[in-house]
Amino acid sequence: MTQPVEIKCVVNGKPVTGSCEPRTLLADFLRENLNLTGTHVGCEHGVCGVCSVAVNGHAVRSCLMLAAQAHGAEITTIEGIARNGQFHPVQKAFHENHALQCGFCTPGMLAVSIDFLSTNASPTEEETREALSAVICRCTGYQNIVKAVMAAAAEMRGETVRSDESELAHV
Amino acid sequence: MKPSPFDYHAPTTVAAALDLLREFGGDARLLAGGQTLVPMMNFRLAAPSVIVDLNRVKELDFIEASGDVVRIGAMTRQRTLEFSPLIAEKLPLLNKVIRMVGHLPTRSRGTVGGSLANADSAAELPMALQVLEGEVVVAGPNGQRAIKAADLFIDSMVTSLEEDEILIEVRLPVMSPNARFAADEFSRRRGDFAIAAVATVLTFEEGRCKTARLATAGVSPASTRLSAAEQLLEGEVIDADAIARAGEAAAEAIEPMADRNASEAYRRHLTKTLTMRVLDRAMQ
Repeated sequence: MTQPVEIKCVVNGKPVTGSCEPRTLLADFLRENLNLTGTHVGCEHGVCGVCSVAVNGHAVRSCLMLAAQAHGAEITTIEGIARNGQFHPVQKAFHENHALQCGFCTPGMLAVSIDFLSTNASPTEEETREALSAVICRCTGYQNIVKAVMAAAAEMRGETVRSDESELAHV
Repeated sequence: MKPSPFDYHAPTTVAAALDLLREFGGDARLLAGGQTLVPMMNFRLAAPSVIVDLNRVKELDFIEASGDVVRIGAMTRQRTLEFSPLIAEKLPLLNKVIRMVGHLPTRSRGTVGGSLANADSAAELPMALQVLEGEVVVAGPNGQRAIKAADLFIDSMVTSLEEDEILIEVRLPVMSPNARFAADEFSRRRGDFAIAAVATVLTFEEGRCKTARLATAGVSPASTRLSAAEQLLEGEVIDADAIARAGEAAAEAIEPMADRNASEAYRRHLTKTLTMRVLDRAMQ
């Protein structure tokens, strides 16, 4: 049995300490050690993107990081994207544009979409499609996801008015 | 699919990392961005008993210009390169090629040095190093040495690094401000591994090509320069005829791979097409 690693990091704004085997992947640490099962595991070899989370503000594939490598990092999972009962503009746009069906890829799609928009506030449709090709979706055909991301970009640029439906419809 | 057990070390200096490699020898694998090694470990195609994680070696994360040379630390994230104004200004070809590497989330972790040391046949960064005639600096138990791009890539996933060496830095000559350049790749889907890719950098004097550099990815086991095509172009006016002849020369000179993605003949054809396309685009 190898020496366990101690991990201290911040997850969704809260300090976390944990201990696991060095070989524990970040995706599994989040799901099993922290019970944050919103991060889904798809391929477990870094090609589907479904497990994407934000580490230090950048989307990464959590099945390709060792939990040990998250020591000292700030992580945001799907559970931390909405704040104080309010959807993030990208979540709101996904909701309004029917950008999810089964929802399996959605946490990864949100992580990548939010990161992408932080690098490009006014993307074209082509640029958006290129960025979203980082996450595989088997349900939607991507069309509504693209629409949602572009709508969110517009809102985040201040081009649309946030309606009352911005609050979570259910908790 | 999870890795098999291993002992984990996260040194904070190159010297400490070298000590660990010396201590554990062939049982140890270096972990950089993890975008290639971790999938292999998840599949258990790689099962090292010791991991030496380089991600806390901060001295390897930098981008600097010193004179005519841009120096990039091996652990610099591909993403850092992508958004670096210095790279955009002094190495615009690299700024273009880095966007072809994987996807934004893989570039958040993947490193420049890791990609070069891994030397996947389809990787774009080896092609960039070749076409820009860069070199890498490697640290080992006996000190440091430089390896030119032409001497670095030996075969698919084989470089001239020794087992006890660590690639620590990449050095690239600043591109001429008047250089013309382009890169393109072909894959079945955008973002897939390149079946073939070609990059070119051209300089001119009095309307004629002064230096022509062309390099491939995906075509052969190791990224190669298209010297036959380069020689045809240097000293010439680069018109449609010259481009066509360069394409033919490139296709004839290469030794393409055959695999489940493409036959030799198809890769040869792609080499010709992509060579002509990038030359054409560079000239616009």
